[in-house]
Amino acid sequence: MSLLELKNVYKIYGELHALDNVSLKVEKGEWVSIMGPSGSGKSTMMNIIGCMDKPSKGEVLLDGVDISKENARSLTAVRRDKIGLIFQQFHLVNYLTAVENVMLAQYYHSMPDEKEALEALDRVGLADRAHHLPSQLSGGEQQRVCVARALINYPEIILADEPTGNLDEANEEIVVDLFHKLHNEGTTLIVVTHDPEVAEVAQRTLVLRNGKLHKEIVNQNFTGKIHFDDMQEFRKEETK
Amino acid sequence: MKKRQMYMRMITASLMRRRSRMLVALLSIAIGATVLSGLITIYYDVPRQMGAQFRNYGANMILTDADGSFTLSDMQQGTAVIPADALVGAAPYRYENVRIHEQPIVAAGTDMAGARATSPFWRVEGEWCSADGQILVGANVAESFRLKAGEMLTVSYTPETAQTQEDETVLDNTIDLEITGVLDTGGPEEDYVYMSLADLETLTGESGTIDVAELSVSANADELSSYVDRINASVPAVKAHLVKRVTASETTVLSKLQALVLLVTIVVLALTMICVATTMTAVVTERRKEIGLRKAIGASDRSIIGEFLGESMMLGGIGGVLGVVLGYVFAQQVSINVFSSSIRFQWLLVPITILVSILVTGLSSLLPIRSATEVDPALVLKGE
Ligand SMILES: Nc1ncnc2c1ncn2[C@@H]1O[C@H](COP(=O)(O)OP(=O)(O)O)[C@@H](O)[C@H]1O
Ligand SMILES: [Mg+2]
Repeated sequence: MSLLELKNVYKIYGELHALDNVSLKVEKGEWVSIMGPSGSGKSTMMNIIGCMDKPSKGEVLLDGVDISKENARSLTAVRRDKIGLIFQQFHLVNYLTAVENVMLAQYYHSMPDEKEALEALDRVGLADRAHHLPSQLSGGEQQRVCVARALINYPEIILADEPTGNLDEANEEIVVDLFHKLHNEGTTLIVVTHDPEVAEVAQRTLVLRNGKLHKEIVNQNFTGKIHFDDMQEFRKEETK
Repeated sequence: MKKRQMYMRMITASLMRRRSRMLVALLSIAIGATVLSGLITIYYDVPRQMGAQFRNYGANMILTDADGSFTLSDMQQGTAVIPADALVGAAPYRYENVRIHEQPIVAAGTDMAGARATSPFWRVEGEWCSADGQILVGANVAESFRLKAGEMLTVSYTPETAQTQEDETVLDNTIDLEITGVLDTGGPEEDYVYMSLADLETLTGESGTIDVAELSVSANADELSSYVDRINASVPAVKAHLVKRVTASETTVLSKLQALVLLVTIVVLALTMICVATTMTAVVTERRKEIGLRKAIGASDRSIIGEFLGESMMLGGIGGVLGVVLGYVFAQQVSINVFSSSIRFQWLLVPITILVSILVTGLSSLLPIRSATEVDPALVLKGE
C-alpha cells in the first residue's frame, strides 16, 4: 500500500478547475518534487495532501485512510500526528523564540521537551540561535527553524511548499542538504518548487499544468545531480 | 516540561513581547478597573462621609425643658447618655431681648466652643470669642450699626425689677464687650449677637437656666433615634428631639447618590467590555496568520480558545491589580476634593476588583476568540 494515493482528485472554484482529475501515488520514504507554472495548482494540491483543504471530488488516501471524508477535527489530528509542514513564507510565531517555535509543534502533538527541541535546532545548525526571536534571524535561519519544527514529531510525511523560494543560494543549499538527510532517515518528502535545481535532486518530479498532471520525470541517477532536457524545456516555458 | 508550563510561557511571551499592542488593551481594562474600584470605594465610604458632611449643616438633635426649669446640669445628664466618641459637640443657648444703641436685639448666651462644634458652617469674619467679655455680632446687626471687629460695644438690658426714675427714664444694666468677629450664616443668626453664658447672666442678673441645647451627634438615622428614645426614657428633666429635616434628607440624598454611583459603575463596565471586545477583535484579526499556522501544525479549536482566553484573562488580572491601586488613588482624590477627608482602604476590594476584571475581560473576549477558531489553516499556504 502506498503511503499517499490521490484518485481522480478535482478541486473546483466556480468555473476554475484548480485540480483537474489528478491521480498519483507516493510510496513511503520517497522524495517527490512538484513543479509547474504559477497558478497550476501546486499549492492547492499541497493543501489537500496536508489536510488543510478537501477535494471537490475524488479520494485522498493517507496511510489507507480517505481523508477527503474526514471532518475538520480529525483532519486537525491527522495534521498534528502525520504531517510536517514547511512554507515559503517561513511562518514562525513572531513573539516566540526559535526553540519555543519548535516546542509549539511538540506542545500540540504531545509534550513539549526543550532538550529535544534544542537537538532539532542543532541538526539544522542553529544551536547558537535557539533563543533568538524570528525577527533576529535571517531568512535562511528562519526557514531552518521551520524545518526543525516540521521534523520534531517524526512525521510520516514532510510537505514543503516552495521552501527555497525566499532563500539565497547558500541557504538553499543548506535546506536541500537537510532534505537529503531526512530522506536518508526514511522520511517521505513532497517538495513544491519553481527551482529546477531543487527539483532535480528528488527521485521523481511531477509537473502540473492547468490543474492536470502534465508530466512525470524519474531521476534515473538519483544520487548525483543530473541534467534533464525536460528541465531546460521547462525553464524556457517559465521565462516566457 | 509540562504542557501547562509551555502554555504559561506562550501567553506570557505573547503579552510581554507584543507589549505595545497589549498596552492598549491593558489601558482600557485598567481604566475600567480603576473606575470600578474607585466608585465602589466611594459607594461604601459615602455613608460615612455623608454623615460627617451633614453634621456640617448643624445640630441633628436638640434638648428642651421637660420639668419647668432647664439647667446646664440637665443638659449634661442628657448628653451623658450619648457615647463620648459619638458626641461631636453640644451647645446650650439662652436667648434674651437686649438693646444696642437703643434698638431691641436678641442676644444669645452660649458656650462658644460648643456652638462652634455644632454649627461648623458658621463663618466668622474676624475671630471666634475665646473668653468672657467678648461678643460675636450677626452680619445684619453689624451692618445696621456699622460695627467692626475690634470695637467695643455696649449692650444694655432692662431687668423686670428695674425702677423707673423720677425723670421717667429706666435704669438699665449694661455691659461693655469687645467685638471679636462678625457672624455670617445665611440664616436668622445674622440678626442676633452671641456672648458667653456668663456675660449674659451678668448682664441680666439672673443665672442658672438655659432655653435649649443643640447637639451634634455622629450617628446614622437609626442610632440617632435610639439615642433620642434613651434620653427621653432615662432623663426626666429634658426632652430630646431629632432634627428631622436633616436626617431624613441625609437618607434620601445618600440613596440617590449611591444609585448614581451604581449607574456610573454599570456604564463604565459596559464601556470597558465594548473596548476590550473591540481590541480583542483587532488582535484576532491581526493574528489570523498566526492562528492559521497554529492550526496547520495541529492546534485544536479548544487549544486556540484556551490560549487567547488565557491571554485576555491574564491581561484582565494585570489590569485589575493596576485598577486596585489607581482606583484607591482616584477615590482618595475624589474624597479629598469633595468631602475634604480621606478614605478608608477596603481590603475586600482587592480580590473583588481583580476577579471582576478577569471575568469581564474574559467574557468580552469570548466572541472575538470564537471568530479566531474560524480561521482557515489553508491561509498559511496562500502566498500573501
Ligand atoms: N480559494 C480560492 N478561490 C478561488 N480560486 C482559487 C483559490 N485558491 C486558489 N485558487 C486558484 O486556483 C489556481 C491554482 O492556485 P494555486 O494552487 O495556488 O497555484 P500554484 O501552483 O501557483 O501554487 C489559481 O488559478 C488560483 O487563482
Ligand atoms: Mg503556490
